[in-house]
Amino acid sequence: MLTSKWRLEALSHPSSVRVGTTMVLSILAGLSLGCLLFLVMGVSPVTAMTKIAAGSFGSWYGFKETLTKAVPLTLIGAGLAICFRARIWNIGAEGQLLFGAVAATWVGLGVGQHLPGWLGIAAMFGAGAFAGGIWAAVPAFMRVRWGVNEAVSSLLLNYVAAEFVQFLIYGPWKGKTQFGFPYSDDLPNALWLPTFYGSRLSWFPLVLAGAAVVLLTVISTKTRFGYDVRVVGESPEAAAYAGIPFGRTVFSIMFLSGTLAGIAGAIEIAGVHHHLTYPWSISSGYGFTAILTAFLARLNPGWTWFSAILFGGLLVGGDVIQTSLGLPFATVNIFNGLVLIAILAGEFMIGHRLVRIQHPGDSR
Amino acid sequence: MSASHQRLEMLGISKRFGSVQANYLVNLSVTAGEVVGLLGENGAGKSTLMNILYGLHRPDAGAIFLDGVQIDVSSPAVARVYGIGMVHQHFMLVQNHTVAENIALALSDAPAWNPVPFARAKIEEFGGRYGLKIDPAARISDLSAGEQQRVELLKALMGGAKWLVLDEPTSVLTPREADELFILLKRMTGEGHGIIFISHKLDEVLAITDRVVVLRHGRPAGECRTKDADQASLARLMIGRQIDKPSITNLTVPGDPVLEVSGLSSAGSRGPLTVNGASLTVRGGEIVGIAGISGNGQRELLETIAGSRPASAGTIRLCGTDITCYDVRARTAAGLAFVPEDRLHTGTVPSFSLVENAILRDAHRELFSRHGFLDNAKARERSERLISEYEVAAPDSDTPLRTLSGGNIQKFLLGRELDAAPKLLLAAHPTYGVDIAAAAVIHRVILERKSAGAAILLVSEDLDELLALSDRIGVMFRGELRVMFPREKVTRERIGLLMGGAPATSEELRC
Repeated sequence: MLTSKWRLEALSHPSSVRVGTTMVLSILAGLSLGCLLFLVMGVSPVTAMTKIAAGSFGSWYGFKETLTKAVPLTLIGAGLAICFRARIWNIGAEGQLLFGAVAATWVGLGVGQHLPGWLGIAAMFGAGAFAGGIWAAVPAFMRVRWGVNEAVSSLLLNYVAAEFVQFLIYGPWKGKTQFGFPYSDDLPNALWLPTFYGSRLSWFPLVLAGAAVVLLTVISTKTRFGYDVRVVGESPEAAAYAGIPFGRTVFSIMFLSGTLAGIAGAIEIAGVHHHLTYPWSISSGYGFTAILTAFLARLNPGWTWFSAILFGGLLVGGDVIQTSLGLPFATVNIFNGLVLIAILAGEFMIGHRLVRIQHPGDSR
Repeated sequence: MSASHQRLEMLGISKRFGSVQANYLVNLSVTAGEVVGLLGENGAGKSTLMNILYGLHRPDAGAIFLDGVQIDVSSPAVARVYGIGMVHQHFMLVQNHTVAENIALALSDAPAWNPVPFARAKIEEFGGRYGLKIDPAARISDLSAGEQQRVELLKALMGGAKWLVLDEPTSVLTPREADELFILLKRMTGEGHGIIFISHKLDEVLAITDRVVVLRHGRPAGECRTKDADQASLARLMIGRQIDKPSITNLTVPGDPVLEVSGLSSAGSRGPLTVNGASLTVRGGEIVGIAGISGNGQRELLETIAGSRPASAGTIRLCGTDITCYDVRARTAAGLAFVPEDRLHTGTVPSFSLVENAILRDAHRELFSRHGFLDNAKARERSERLISEYEVAAPDSDTPLRTLSGGNIQKFLLGRELDAAPKLLLAAHPTYGVDIAAAAVIHRVILERKSAGAAILLVSEDLDELLALSDRIGVMFRGELRVMFPREKVTRERIGLLMGGAPATSEELRC
């Protein structure tokens, strides 16, 4: 008698074909789950899917919106990919983004108007980058100095940053020209990033995101620093043995990823909102979605732009069905969640496979 | 219950992992009252075979029979039902629980509420029957390795094990503890147990077993009654050819002191000092060996000298320069090389290619990086050189290091450390778990460096290796480096006693 069982087997070196097909299949699986959800909600899945596709990728306007969301996701995702490579869990990109936005606003409203436009913008971005880096350096310092778990401390600092933004917009920074809304005053026009016609997308952030992808890819594959980072991530014991300074490496990558999140914050201020507003409007969860962006890119900074566009499209598509089909916001969240779960399951299946094993003579 | 069964057999066992044929048509049988030795080098397939017997792996072909009736051992739980027990090389005990608590955890018939008195009674019953003396209230973390092993044996016996598999049981024991284990095994065979004794140490197999089964590259290489065998014949079966022992030529006259350590202490991760006031000198062209049971501070001593562990007191001098305050890189630059105990996760990065591993300790040097960018060509050059010079069997320099065998990883690692012609080599267990052919290469390389004038500090648990290579031998016990003997003034037995904590005589202390 032959009996057989299914068993999971770990794969050490999945081929690139396997990675690609599994990714595509899992995204399709996630969308199918989403269709089921729409059926349950009494909406034709065909209509819903068409709306999502048309809203995010099917029209120039939709695609520009998708790219607008993909830019911060790319910047943050690329930085996080490097962190996670080193097994340093920076969960605080959301707070780092907000802090970057605060600093950019501060510079824009303060010295920005006295400078020529391009210099003012440069100053805003510099301040945003620096502030994001500092906000990430806090958990890095606590990790290196006292061994405080950086995942927890960076996560908690998100809430501190969000509360700080609220304090500013309701308190000292509340704009005199905003008709009582809790916004800061608008930036002078010279500091608004020029946008493509009829959208909120401008070329400058696109260039920045592209440059960040290239730069981080070079850093992680070609430089000594990237080598050190990978050693720290693969084996801290080997890093200690090789004399790679753990503290300095952790500090540098945290600062680097915080910098990128801070730049994303400056983009949201200079390019999209033009004033400091509610923390959830400034970011709409980029700092968290970027974690998934980094993982979908398999912690490879060179691929974060791709996963960022995908997630950007999902976010935009979600907005579209919410408004056009009148679905509750929760439905959109569930839809996004289903796609994410499918992608994460796909991630697992890339590294494992099901094998059927047969035992001769199992009869007794 | 299986207590009355007389014979356990494995017939025609084959098992393949990916491209590796771990077992091929292996037969092994054990009868009640018998100790069978399962002999083979690391990687010969001994553990795979035993994991199949214990239900951890399924064979691709072949079957297991108990008194001629085929049984299906699909899991360790099923194995225990058939009376098959296993004592692993690494103990599966909860360190900060007592003996009785650990036993209670393993007993399926223990009451759910307050099982300790029940376990205690059982410990006394079984302890008396087999002459296993153990304090049920003792905390596991306070026990020596030998005592912990006895707890594991008790656990297996209480679980109703008639057939016991002991996986390299003496690797953590002092010679004296090993003798005690052998007495215990005799007593167990007298009680009708059948024992499979896994080892790669020929003398032990000759001392304790009734029959020997030898595996080589996963295939049966021979089987004989122990009384018809001797060391030479077993070694031939095990490795397929004769290997010469390293012959030591003590012609090199020790030169100037290269390494001078005085009063060195290092705090452990768990509080107390793991190295306590160690002092030693190693001269150029000299090999100093450190004996000790693992966990007595040898590893920490080397790490502290190498700089990857901070010193809490004492000084380290290299060629007269005080390097106590140097970091790892500065020490490497000053001519210190280090082959650490854990070659796979400390000495190398297993997922990295050989090229990337070739520069693990030197990536920051001018030689391998310019303006922060790595020079891949230089790294590749070094990797290729190491592969050819040290006879590393690797398909090419781009393969991930973890796909290499232990012996090849060790040769690559040793070669990398010696590539810059260091003045001092620290080597921990350089041949542990390495096949005999690779071990011979490693010994040859170390002796070549010695004659070239390098100072070598060697830590090993293998007393034969230490006695064969060292000019002087010290013993570490509980963090203290006690005596230091010239090799010709000490015996294997004396070192064994000192490793186990016997006090040194005043004469030895003057040595």
